[in-house]
Amino acid sequence: MKAIVLGATMGMGRAIARILAERGDSVFVLGIGDDDLKKSAADLSARHPKRLEAGYAECNLEKPEGFAAALDAADAALGNFDAVVVTAAMFATQDALEADVELTRRLVTINFANTVVFCEHVRKRLLARGGGKLTVFSSVAGDRGRKPVAIYGASKGGLSIYLEALDHKFRALGLHVLCVKPGFVKTGMTAGLKPPPFAGEPEGVARDVVRAMDRGKPILYTPRMWALVMLVIRFLPRFIMRKIGF
Amino acid sequence: MQREAVSSELAIKSATALAKTPVEPASTLEGWGRLPVPGRETLTEALETATRGAVLSRGLGRSYGDSSLPAVGTDRVVNTRMANRILSFNESTGALRAEAGLCLAELNRLYMPRGWFTPVTPGTKFVTLGGMVASDVHGKNHHCEGTFGAHVRNLKVRVADDTVLDCSPTVEPELFWGIVGGMGLLGHILEVEFVMQRIPSQWIWMDSQRVRNVDEFLAALGEAAPAYPMTMGWIDCLSGGSSMGRGILMAGRWGEAAEAPKTPPGDKPEITFPLELPNWALNPVTAQLFNTAYYFKHVQRRKAGFTSPDTFFYPLDAIHHWNKAYGSRGFTQYQCVIPRAAGFPAVREFMQLLVKLGGASPLCVIKDCGPEGKGVLSFPMEGTSIAVDMAVSPKLQNIIDRLNEFVIETGGRIYLTKDRFTRADHFARMEPRLPRFQALRDKWDPARRLRSAQSVRLFGDKA
Repeated sequence: MKAIVLGATMGMGRAIARILAERGDSVFVLGIGDDDLKKSAADLSARHPKRLEAGYAECNLEKPEGFAAALDAADAALGNFDAVVVTAAMFATQDALEADVELTRRLVTINFANTVVFCEHVRKRLLARGGGKLTVFSSVAGDRGRKPVAIYGASKGGLSIYLEALDHKFRALGLHVLCVKPGFVKTGMTAGLKPPPFAGEPEGVARDVVRAMDRGKPILYTPRMWALVMLVIRFLPRFIMRKIGF
Repeated sequence: MQREAVSSELAIKSATALAKTPVEPASTLEGWGRLPVPGRETLTEALETATRGAVLSRGLGRSYGDSSLPAVGTDRVVNTRMANRILSFNESTGALRAEAGLCLAELNRLYMPRGWFTPVTPGTKFVTLGGMVASDVHGKNHHCEGTFGAHVRNLKVRVADDTVLDCSPTVEPELFWGIVGGMGLLGHILEVEFVMQRIPSQWIWMDSQRVRNVDEFLAALGEAAPAYPMTMGWIDCLSGGSSMGRGILMAGRWGEAAEAPKTPPGDKPEITFPLELPNWALNPVTAQLFNTAYYFKHVQRRKAGFTSPDTFFYPLDAIHHWNKAYGSRGFTQYQCVIPRAAGFPAVREFMQLLVKLGGASPLCVIKDCGPEGKGVLSFPMEGTSIAVDMAVSPKLQNIIDRLNEFVIETGGRIYLTKDRFTRADHFARMEPRLPRFQALRDKWDPARRLRSAQSVRLFGDKA
């Protein structure tokens, strides 16, 4: 596999990039912060069985004008990538978002609008070369309108719908889209929050994601328990959703 | 500096988006000996940014006592374990540089199959590189290789005035040797560069023998040391009389490629201790039963063969969270070194005292240490090191005081990484190097901004 990981510097993106590098795939790192990108690329090279140097380029989800150049750099380094993983996103608590409209604008733009734009760039390139894999992190928060994640959940819900449609429309053309819906995972992103039951570790999530990518699955709940939890949540009637805090 | 400039953009870097410092929700922190204290830790990949203004760094929390615990609940503690990238590795020299939170288990997993191993490993692989430096850990090969610090070439640290600098045995050597074994009190360790060693195979040739008493033990350790680069012993410190100090001596070396099995040892099954045992579960009767069974499990007097490094170096790591066996009361490990100059009779007397005072648990380890290293507060010195786990009980403080008084008489000292109960006056008497360490702190941290629960208890820092 010749894979790009947008968000490989941290959390679940870091864990996925490591699994790919350790099993011998070529990896290209996208993210922000030159020093951080360089260090993550070095880490991946050290883990590669053939010490293959991992390339990197700046790609900021707040600057869509840079997407094409970042993908050009990846194409040049990898020789036409065939897989893209997007873990980068923004998180903020519902309280923080309600208190700051500008923060809400940024979050919705990053998680929905600009992520879709990035995926569109990727889609065109992959389809032009006969297909490939596009794996994008959405969230269980996008499955249902819920009080504690009203805005974050909406940004992810929109993304999930887009990814589902991509799968419907382009699978026959060779584009395998995987929408990952992690439940609570103990990463830097969730470090301020109280972990609920069934909280996962990034390494476990990464193993699940790579397996699902290899098998060409369209959707993945991880840790697995969340598939069951969300099944229940999806069928809860509105009058109950209004009452509970979840 | 540059990192702070991008910190506003950190928001969208990967899935991390907290402009404010992320903090762990748990409102208590604990060491391996349990006994939680109020405190919170910052958990983030961005170690360099997070340590700005922080009071203490901690890794995987494997130190038994209070060295990784905050002096007061409001002290800002940074957890390093997410800062775990390998930054460079030189295939010809073995020099490896990594962020301080890299776990030794991960390093072993990646580098053992490539024929490299850490020059020094403690008895657990669930430690970070930063922790290995701060505790200046030693291992079964101390008599040959010294402590981990002897193999460190460079450290990137954030000192108390918040500047970030590199130090090494040649650049700021005094600071460097203060940080090695300095329990995190001279600076936050951000990156570690050390030299790995080549191993000829992934197998250990282990030669073990049942030893009938403490005198035989000391003699056998002395005989094994020149023959094997790695030695240590398990001692039954509950039995008295003629079998006092009986146990099993384990010596080993890396197997040569030609003699060792061709296939690498598989991953051993690891289980997690499923529940917290009640406090009474581990008591003198069950401990004695365990010890007798363990002693006679070694049926032959002597046996030898190939074993996996995990079994040889980390027998207890097979059971995650084995510290729950002690129940909620918690436990400590008393580890001291009795200098060679005090002679074998001192070790025998120490064992007699230990048996008489009681309170010991099944885990008791003996090892002869080689010469003292350069770390200002580094634990090992030439002599006999004894480590024994003890459950917390009303008698514990008295037991530790009595043992400390004995150790002071012999000119020995205790290992800070294990300690939670030593008194400040005892510590000052067993640690003639303390003024030198405090002088370093006067230079680098005159306001004593960096501190831990342990430094308040033993070094006289303000709470």
